[in-house]
Amino acid sequence: MNDSKINLLEAPFELSYKYKRSSGPVMSKFFEGLSQKKIFGTKSKAQKVFAPAAEYDPDTREALTEIVEVGPGGTIESWSWVNSPRSHHLLKTPFAFALIKLDGADTAMLHMVSDCDESDLSIGKKVLPVWSENPTEAITDINYFILES
Amino acid sequence: MKKVAVVGYAQHKILPNAGALNEVELIMPVVHKVFNDLGISQDDIGFTCSGSCDYLQGAAFAFVEGLSAIQTSPPIKESHVEMDAAWALYESMLKIKMGDADTALIYGFGKSSPGNLDSIISLQMDPYYISPLWPDRVSLAALQAQILLQQKIITHDEMMATVIEARNNAANNPNALLTDHVSEDLYQADSLISSPLRGFDCPPISDGASAMVIASEDKAFEFTDNPIWIEGIDHSIESSNLGSRDLATSPTIQNAITNLNLKNINFDVAELHTQFSHEVPFLRKLLNLTNVPTNLSGGPLVGNVMMCAGLDAIGKTFQSLVSDQSDHGIAHASSGPCLQHNMVVHLERHK
Amino acid sequence: MSDDQAPKDYKESFIHLEYQYTAGSATTTFLNQVKEGRLVGQSCPKCKAVYVPPRGSCPRCGIATSIEVPLTDKGCVESFTVVHIPIPGNPIVPPYVCAMIRLDEADISFLHLVQDIEIDQIRIGMRVQAVWKPKDEWTHSLENIKWFAPIDEPDVDVSTLRFKPS
Repeated sequence: MNDSKINLLEAPFELSYKYKRSSGPVMSKFFEGLSQKKIFGTKSKAQKVFAPAAEYDPDTREALTEIVEVGPGGTIESWSWVNSPRSHHLLKTPFAFALIKLDGADTAMLHMVSDCDESDLSIGKKVLPVWSENPTEAITDINYFILES
Repeated sequence: MKKVAVVGYAQHKILPNAGALNEVELIMPVVHKVFNDLGISQDDIGFTCSGSCDYLQGAAFAFVEGLSAIQTSPPIKESHVEMDAAWALYESMLKIKMGDADTALIYGFGKSSPGNLDSIISLQMDPYYISPLWPDRVSLAALQAQILLQQKIITHDEMMATVIEARNNAANNPNALLTDHVSEDLYQADSLISSPLRGFDCPPISDGASAMVIASEDKAFEFTDNPIWIEGIDHSIESSNLGSRDLATSPTIQNAITNLNLKNINFDVAELHTQFSHEVPFLRKLLNLTNVPTNLSGGPLVGNVMMCAGLDAIGKTFQSLVSDQSDHGIAHASSGPCLQHNMVVHLERHK
Repeated sequence: MSDDQAPKDYKESFIHLEYQYTAGSATTTFLNQVKEGRLVGQSCPKCKAVYVPPRGSCPRCGIATSIEVPLTDKGCVESFTVVHIPIPGNPIVPPYVCAMIRLDEADISFLHLVQDIEIDQIRIGMRVQAVWKPKDEWTHSLENIKWFAPIDEPDVDVSTLRFKPS
């Protein structure tokens, strides 16, 4: 049913959508904080701190509204070194994706670690954020993290 | 409630680029194959359910177009999941257990070659905290691998052995995409994509389709002498808050072990929807399968049709139980980053 | 909701994906003919229904449609709508007519434009024929047909255009 001799037609195709997205009351506070170089988490009744600020505790389903400041430093919980960044990656030189537990938090935040060599990285290393000079109230208001010297 | 059996399964040869085939042309041959094997037609099917994701190939409503591969006159009862077709199987099984149908056709199809799978998977993540950082599927999987290695739950050698074994097993799988033997030296020389994962630790971009027929206990023996019973099926999902999960374990797999009472079953065969090499030893240990032949098809490392590979794990387990005349098989399907959502299926051939 | 009423925390979120779309064999075969100015459908070997454009299957019977059927570029308006609202990205200026065109001998219709007639004169059953672009502009696209225009033939009773019985 498929004729291998046919000259297959193909064409480049781009799919774009522009959405307007609300971040809601809890995440809005987190993003406002980032634009002022502060990192906010949320604290549960059991004193567990979620950072970045979570709207609910996935274990207890408790709605989280108490905002607490964490970080700005943190600890690497896991990392993956990207030696050759792919086209969609934000950083164009080698970097790591990392799960970072910010000081004072009980959960980790996904972000990037750069300005280091792969051999410098290990689980438990301390990191600090490098802030964007042009904040837009987004997770990218932190450019990436660097190892604490 | 009625027991449900898998009675037939067919898989398209997995292709690196199925450009010459639209979704209809991919799906129709496998549906015809499974019908012909059983000597039935769509008229014998009470419910049809498919799994696919239009964003993979960038064709709006490809899942609707795909339905053109199925006979729809007279009109049929039909549904679709924007998930792996293993979840289409789950929906179909519920339909039969509810008494709404006695038979079901399940199919899945995926074409990852036209798009950039890394970008697409990034955009399916949390749009506030995760997507804007563009983490790709390999890097996310690597974060879990790193933790498993650091906690010595798995080893680098186990990852390498998994890759070598997958390629060796692929030699027996006519539909596998990657069948070249990989030596230890070749593996060690392969470059790291996202450490600790090398290219060989990751699944190939794959296009394909698969179809399965299931039936109630009333109908199963009309279709085949070898029904394989779905003795248990369980799935659950963890939080989408990646940083709040303990990636060194899997509460959803633990749920399945408890809910399906798997502890004391001696499995003859296992097929796991493990897209990355580290996931194989991790899940084998969690599921107590270290001595059970696992992924004899080669698994997703030798061909990984998105939205289909989970159904394929169930289909391959079914085929093993039929051909080996063995009794107990376990199949696994997964979805989301770092094995967020897991389904476990216990298949059994009654003597 | 106008922008000044929008809650402060609404942010723009831009999604962009790039693909290399592949047409598959039925569509490739069809568009290769369209490039030469021909409309070729496919018919079902079982129920004989003719599909244009073909997708490679007869969804009624669930089997492949491998038989090619050359068709005329004449047909009738099976249904139509007058579009009054501009659609972002669409270069056609409203009001214009979108019609389901049923080619002679085909069992399904496809969407195209109808022009060269006052909008209030368009009616179901009206006979139309394709108006092709100049030959040197033909590509692998149904846009080779600029639109369908009325021809001087008696209207068709569309209730007679039943899908070929199986």
